[in-house]
Amino acid sequence: MVLAAETAEALSSGWFLENAWLIPLIPAIAFAVIIGFGKRLPQGGSEVGIASMTASFVLACGATYQWIQRVHSAEGHGEEGALGVARGFAQTVLPRASEEGGHSLPYVEPVIRNWTWWQNGGLELTIGQHIDGLAIMALLLVSFISLLVQIYSTEYVKGDRRYTHFFAALTLFSAGMLVMVLAESMVQFILGWEIMGLCSFMLIGHWWEDRANSEAALKAFWTVRVGDVGLLVGTAIIYFGASEWAQERGSNGFSIQAISGWAMSNDASQTVLLWGSVALFIACIGKSGQFPLHTWLPDAMAGPTPVSSLLHSSTMVVAGVYLVARLYPVFFSGLDILDSGVNLIAVVGGITIIVAAALAFVQNDIKKVLAYSTVSQLGYMMMGLGVGAWTPAVFHIWTHAFFKCCLFLAAGSISHSASHHSFDMKKDMGGLRKFMPITFATWMVSTAALCGIPFFSGFWSKDEIIDNAANNNYTVFFVVGLVGAVMTAAYMTRATYLTFFGEPRGAAAGEHHGDDEHAEEHELEVATVGGDMAGHGAVLADADLFASAASGSGDDHGHDGHGHGDHGDGHDAHDEPHESPPRITVPLIILGFLAVFSGYLLAPGAPFKTEYFLEWVEPRGVEVDDVVFTPSGEASGHDETAEAIVADGLVIGTGGFGRAAPLPTAESGEGDKGELTGCGFDKPTDGICFAPKVPHAEFKWSKAMISIALVFFGIAMSAWICLGVYGGRKNPFAGLTKRSRVANAGHRFLVNKLYLDDLYEKVIVRGIAHPIANAAYWVNQHVIDGVVDGAGRRTRKTGVWVYKNVDQRVVDGAVNASGTAASETGHALQPVQSGKVNQYGALLFGAATVGAIVLILTNV
Amino acid sequence: MLAVNFLLLSAALFCFGVYGVIARKNAVMVLMSIELILNSVNLNLVAFALMNDNIDGQVFALFVIAVAAAEVGVGLGMVLMIYRNRRSISLDELSEMKG
Amino acid sequence: MSGLILASDVNVAQNVGFYIIAAMMLVGAFRVVTTNNVVHAALWLVVVLGGVAAQYILAAAEFVAVSQVMVYIGAVMVLFLFGIMLTRATIGHEDEMNNKGWGVGVPVALLLFGMLSWVVIDQYRDDVITELPAERIASSTQRISDGYLGDYLVPLIALSFVLLAAAIGSIVLARKD
Repeated sequence: MVLAAETAEALSSGWFLENAWLIPLIPAIAFAVIIGFGKRLPQGGSEVGIASMTASFVLACGATYQWIQRVHSAEGHGEEGALGVARGFAQTVLPRASEEGGHSLPYVEPVIRNWTWWQNGGLELTIGQHIDGLAIMALLLVSFISLLVQIYSTEYVKGDRRYTHFFAALTLFSAGMLVMVLAESMVQFILGWEIMGLCSFMLIGHWWEDRANSEAALKAFWTVRVGDVGLLVGTAIIYFGASEWAQERGSNGFSIQAISGWAMSNDASQTVLLWGSVALFIACIGKSGQFPLHTWLPDAMAGPTPVSSLLHSSTMVVAGVYLVARLYPVFFSGLDILDSGVNLIAVVGGITIIVAAALAFVQNDIKKVLAYSTVSQLGYMMMGLGVGAWTPAVFHIWTHAFFKCCLFLAAGSISHSASHHSFDMKKDMGGLRKFMPITFATWMVSTAALCGIPFFSGFWSKDEIIDNAANNNYTVFFVVGLVGAVMTAAYMTRATYLTFFGEPRGAAAGEHHGDDEHAEEHELEVATVGGDMAGHGAVLADADLFASAASGSGDDHGHDGHGHGDHGDGHDAHDEPHESPPRITVPLIILGFLAVFSGYLLAPGAPFKTEYFLEWVEPRGVEVDDVVFTPSGEASGHDETAEAIVADGLVIGTGGFGRAAPLPTAESGEGDKGELTGCGFDKPTDGICFAPKVPHAEFKWSKAMISIALVFFGIAMSAWICLGVYGGRKNPFAGLTKRSRVANAGHRFLVNKLYLDDLYEKVIVRGIAHPIANAAYWVNQHVIDGVVDGAGRRTRKTGVWVYKNVDQRVVDGAVNASGTAASETGHALQPVQSGKVNQYGALLFGAATVGAIVLILTNV
Repeated sequence: MLAVNFLLLSAALFCFGVYGVIARKNAVMVLMSIELILNSVNLNLVAFALMNDNIDGQVFALFVIAVAAAEVGVGLGMVLMIYRNRRSISLDELSEMKG
Repeated sequence: MSGLILASDVNVAQNVGFYIIAAMMLVGAFRVVTTNNVVHAALWLVVVLGGVAAQYILAAAEFVAVSQVMVYIGAVMVLFLFGIMLTRATIGHEDEMNNKGWGVGVPVALLLFGMLSWVVIDQYRDDVITELPAERIASSTQRISDGYLGDYLVPLIALSFVLLAAAIGSIVLARKD
């Protein structure tokens, strides 16, 4: 009873919001515990990881609950306390700006706390938390998905030789992501960002004994680092731009709140904003796998499937999108979103959608299909942000995380239980729907969500992005979004067909062969590797021989490092594909459920219209009169207690709410871009804006029908083609690449990933680095040697000249002397290089003295 | 007090140090001479700090003291290793760097 | 020079102290670079370093003086004595401590001293150091700490890395293997 009372009190008091910084701290401590003691624990450290993620998730739930309360109390409906939320849920239709006749929703102050850990001169670095709707959404999402993936991993990597390290890295990754999500300052943001990069490297290369894996890890690390330079440069630019403005208001130029306010204010220089946002966006391109730096993401599938699921689909790769969403005012003002017809973010996002979707068509590896699909969906998010559709884009992060995580885990489930660790759809899958009903069902639900079939979650988010692109007059990107939707539907249909329909093939039909995980690499290298595969397969006829034979086969793609030998042993008895154990299927079912219902947080077209996401997450683009910036550096006031985080700067409670200045004009209705006013369009005069006031498209089924029709067209088309190409039905597409040279060229272009890797490795590395080396060598050979040779030749010529023109007796000596002139000079100076320290000292001080005297004499 | 006093004293110490570096054969003695040079510089720094009523000179002097301590540690470690390899620390016998 | 020393605005006691210490230091420095006994050279060096510390006190730099005593006389000299012992230098008189080219050192040092003293006298001939107010002197340690933790924080951190590297480096160098 006491506990319950305390919990209730904590829930109503704002404790969870104030102490949200505990959410990343718990996994960080858990990481240390796992590294330190994990091997000695009965479950190898996984129990610590799961416990920490559970704790984080519970805290995140509490914080979410309180944030919703806070929003409600700011809006003036719903009282303080638990009742507020209950009432909020009861309302089916929440008020929305455009419907309430121009009354904007009030500004909800984020919960900011910080602690200065470095202060030197004017520089002040803080760490802390910045909790607003966006952060709350991401906290909940990351902790939840991490929890599920860790549970799933206990089964998936069971018996792995680096089991403990795997969980340590997963936990540290979650900590890094959570640190970044609630970052209060850019420095903290970078900290979390880099922790994730490091963990990503460790996890992709988890089975590093396999050369392909370690290379993929390195590639991911370096490609992302290219972008990270942009993050550092961008942060520096923004810091120098915003510093003065922020310091006048008692904050500093790293504070995200201050940066947002500055970017929307009159004082921000357009040039600084432009370059700052471009530099930051380069970081987003790298991290979020946007074109043209997307090449690392499919290769990152070399990591274990839970890693792909957690890091490279649902959480880490959205860090770039999160950065844009987090610093949206900077990008909004810097790139003139909504004011100009085209901008960098939308263009890059749009290209990424199409390119990645096209690449997904030719992949045979199920994980690579999903990887390119991820890239493509990240393109949707970026494009959404680029066309001013902030809320739909962020909502897409939310829905995408669930269904993509589910798809990846389903792929892992297939490889774990049905296809003997193969991910090759053409060779080792097919007809699996009969064997794996749960996996099949969750896969289908998530695919439907990904394709954007109505009433599944992906529909609500993706269609909103496309709809808003049209609403904000970005016609080109509207079309791109539609084309992308068709392509998404088509390649997912292909993948589904190959995996679950048709006849079982290869491992799925009970065959064993050694060529499993790297089927695609093998196929690409078929020209060079040749019959390697066949021989490899023959050697490994027996699964018991697997580990030893693979390591002895001398194949570059030996699988000895995977731990699959020991890992696979437990499954030798199962020759038939079968459903996965509960620790795999339960997370799948949960995610599959969410793949349907997570969309109903913002489903304006549903029979019961919901717009919770808009209300709870979107930052309110209203002018705030008196803002309480969190003063940093007051930690010293808290003497030496362990409670280092400043509470002084906190503004919690009703006093800080409801300071919205009513705006003179109503928010524009649909399509009326010309009437845009308010934050982001007019510079604030007295107060501060923290977010631009973006318009929202009105949902109409009539508009959605276009995309729905296109999606179904894509599915039908793809199914028809698949039946022709893979199913052996007679239709025009059967054997098209063999008959048509154009189709073949296109196919090959896609198989080679647009030749981008070749561009980077062959053209850029060889084309730039090698010529420089060659040029240096040429200079060395021709210029320097030439000078030396020329000097020798010239002296010799002089000698000859002397020989011809001077008295014969002098000649021999002259010629010899000139020939050895250089050597003689060297000999003359040789005594100086005595190797004796004292002599060097004498020369040094003597020369310094003489030099000083000369300087003095010339200056007197 | 005259400013010149400190500066001349430090110049004299400096020159003794220079002479020691040039003339001495024993590596340890050369290191001692280097200490003389560093101390003369420190004296200068402190004297200037006094003359200008500016604390920076003293701060720098402390930096130099710390660096000198590091230098002696590494220098004597090197001397020890040379001794171990050659059973001698006479610098005039050390001429591997001879050109 | 002597006339200037006795000028009325000069604190006589301080000057007398300065000259006594300076004379000791010069003798010590001379012996350091001329004695043929390594241990004696080290002991003369102690005299010089102690003299420097005393001069710091005269120059109102107590903190630097204390550091000088602790670091140099306490630590560095011990290191030197260890170095002398470990290299088994002859304890006692040695016939030839100078190398063959030692004669070069004399003109170089004299030339250097001539140049330096000329420059110093030319520039600071008549400068008199005024007495600092007592509270200014008293606060010097505080001001040093402000400097260290303020403007010179980054160099201080860099220096700590230098010391770390030196510690590791000397261990690696001196290790027997």
